[in-house]
Amino acid sequence: MTDRLVVNVTAAELADRTSRLLAGGYRLALAAAHEDPDALRLVYLYVAGSPDRRTELHVRLDPNEPVIPSLAGLSFPAGRFEREMRDLYGVVPAGHPLPHRLVRHHHWPRGWYPMRADAGPPPAFGDPEGPYPFLTVEGPGVFEIPVGPVHAGLIEPGHFRFSVVGETILKLKARLWFVHRGVEKLFAGRDPAEGLPLAERVSGDTSVGHALAYCLAVEEATGCVVGEEAQRGRAVLLELERLYNHVTDIGALCNDVAHGILNSQSGRVREQLLRLNEEVTGHRLLRGGVVPGGAVLRALPAPGRLMALAADVAELAALALGHGTVADRFSGTAVLPAEAAQDLGALGYVARASGIAVDARSDHPFTDLGPFAVTTRPGGDVLARFQVRAQEVATSVELITYLLAGLSPAKAPNPLHTTTPGHCRSPGSGGGHRSGPGSGVGIVEGWRGTITHRVELAADGTLRRVKIVDPSFFNWPALPVALSGAIVPDFPLANKSFNLSYAGNDL
Amino acid sequence: MTGLVGAVAQVVVVAVGSPLLVGLMRKIRARLEGRVGAGVLQTWRDLRKLCRKEAISPHGTGWVFRMAPLVLAGTALVVASVVPLVTTQSPMDGVADLFAVAALLALGSVALALGGLDTGTAFGGMGASREVTLLALVEPTILLSVFALSVRVGSTNLGEIVTAAVHDPMAVISPVSLLAAVALGVVTIAETGRIPVDNPSTHLELTMIHEAMVLEYAGPDLALIEWASGMRLFVLLGLLAGLFAPWGIATAGAGPVAVVLALVVLVFKVAVLGAGLAAGEVFMAKLRLFRIPELLAGSFMLALLAVAASYFLA
Repeated sequence: MTDRLVVNVTAAELADRTSRLLAGGYRLALAAAHEDPDALRLVYLYVAGSPDRRTELHVRLDPNEPVIPSLAGLSFPAGRFEREMRDLYGVVPAGHPLPHRLVRHHHWPRGWYPMRADAGPPPAFGDPEGPYPFLTVEGPGVFEIPVGPVHAGLIEPGHFRFSVVGETILKLKARLWFVHRGVEKLFAGRDPAEGLPLAERVSGDTSVGHALAYCLAVEEATGCVVGEEAQRGRAVLLELERLYNHVTDIGALCNDVAHGILNSQSGRVREQLLRLNEEVTGHRLLRGGVVPGGAVLRALPAPGRLMALAADVAELAALALGHGTVADRFSGTAVLPAEAAQDLGALGYVARASGIAVDARSDHPFTDLGPFAVTTRPGGDVLARFQVRAQEVATSVELITYLLAGLSPAKAPNPLHTTTPGHCRSPGSGGGHRSGPGSGVGIVEGWRGTITHRVELAADGTLRRVKIVDPSFFNWPALPVALSGAIVPDFPLANKSFNLSYAGNDL
Repeated sequence: MTGLVGAVAQVVVVAVGSPLLVGLMRKIRARLEGRVGAGVLQTWRDLRKLCRKEAISPHGTGWVFRMAPLVLAGTALVVASVVPLVTTQSPMDGVADLFAVAALLALGSVALALGGLDTGTAFGGMGASREVTLLALVEPTILLSVFALSVRVGSTNLGEIVTAAVHDPMAVISPVSLLAAVALGVVTIAETGRIPVDNPSTHLELTMIHEAMVLEYAGPDLALIEWASGMRLFVLLGLLAGLFAPWGIATAGAGPVAVVLALVVLVFKVAVLGAGLAAGEVFMAKLRLFRIPELLAGSFMLALLAVAASYFLA
């Protein structure tokens, strides 16, 4: 388990400490407000990879007048976290350059902060802060195309406002946060084991990623040590989740350029992967595989089968890129420059397709993955994101093969329980190497990117505060950047190449 | 008399057969993609379902919106009755002029584009703008390519062009025909909204051309549009077959048996062309919107070459 350094700072020192950490190669992974009895405590988690380093800055604010100097000038994600904390807790970011509402839409009354303990039931809608401040682009021939939040296909709700001239996009504004369910608040007061079903449902296609990040955080908070075999089993599940999602995306990208036959074939591979998931965990979306303290695998996937599927996917990807029209549609579409990806703090395949080697599997490993190499592509376009996915399918199968070799075959057919649940459920009292009292952090490379969970336990061992950060929170602002200058009919393709979660973003 | 019977028969075949053609093409595509696919009759079932629904028109729309499906279907039916598909002896032969047919097809498209604009939604306007851009490239190509064929005959009457071809089948095999056939084939794909120009089965509003214009239509109106779009596809494929493979079409003095035979041959030819189109689509992807004018400009050039060649080779 990685040591986590916790530093208490004052509001005045925060910016200085932050800039030093950022200069030292750290990135802001999570920022969250916590209601302590006597203060509103802000936690900023900074992490860096190779070697895995984690530093937390804690700032205590007056609960009656919570004001924090804004870090938006130092870090773009910090500015977004601040807006989130402002909307949910009423923490005022002083000097924020864009202090609009982010999470709470404008019809929620002023002064109501849903995450606070005294928030009470949701009040009636009002219109106290006027309409949403869309930036109006003016000029001859400029018009707006509003799309959503209800779409023609079965996708999640998001409103997109295109300012276009002809077919060329001048500006795109993505308005999200239509699916706020209060997940983080639902965790509060639950037993850690009861939090697992919630974590698995943060984003439906990332059950393992979020469950694993949650379990790692809970285990760190309780001082529970998980056996190496169970960790390997978990890593296998994580790769299985990556496989079926990447295969889905590869097919969907082909479908979005109307090359349906490759989508059908990807659907065939995907279905085989989902059936394999069911054999391994009893659930097609791999739910129930990761549990606090261990992993439950009913069976182990046969490497031969996975290699055959990986060969199929490689062939599909080669067919797609060998097709003139498909390659033309992918190349140079919606380029996210490496600099922009770096500044926005992009994660996952979006960042890796822009040449940034950020991957929690190498930066924050929870088990030995052997000779694992991070896949990157320099292009930053739809093609690069497609290629990263195709390559990661192959890498995942190699990883699973490596991990399976370490799982003893004699034990393979049996469920891999390594620790008794009772041991891990009690709040750890010892554990001298543990930093925060009853708090823990889990960092996992989900299929979309790095997922971070931070858990704080109450004295009785129940969950006091769970903060979840899905990579989509970081990646959503990158989409409009990539699309400036693109044409409207290429938007669905570009959007699919990012494939960000709405539910994971809006908790 | 056989002319009248033939004309009625071809309208009936187009009206009844076009949903079946669409169903057949979907079925073929599904099978080639490894799916089972819905039955050939599914398009008719969909139309029946839509017709049973309540007619709805969005707030703020007027007569343009309501008339558009009727104009589209009406022009498609008129074109179906005058184009020499089964017989060259249609009683409306005088209307079967190349320019009239191209103008009727354009009228239907324009009516639908106006219907899309009348909704005042972003998608209606976007679809209409794209459709009219394509139309501006498609219509001249249709005109030119058929015009290239008319030079040999000395008339722009489609019946006479086809009659001449039936009487002298070897004349069809010429560079002029080849160029015109390719040009007309490409614009048929564009005009009917098939891959690689448009994707009839997409749900992505922002990529749509034809579908974006009709997004606000529902119930019987939508059924009428779907049906009319199918008829336009059938008629254009039938015209393509009639101009470049005119065998079997009943000409002057043909008896009832010839008309029946011509019907069977028409159904066969259109089914083969439709199947070929569906099979070809499986191997294609949709072009980037800004590449479509390049494709259509290319087909226009072919049509222009066909016209030029028809004078040099005449």
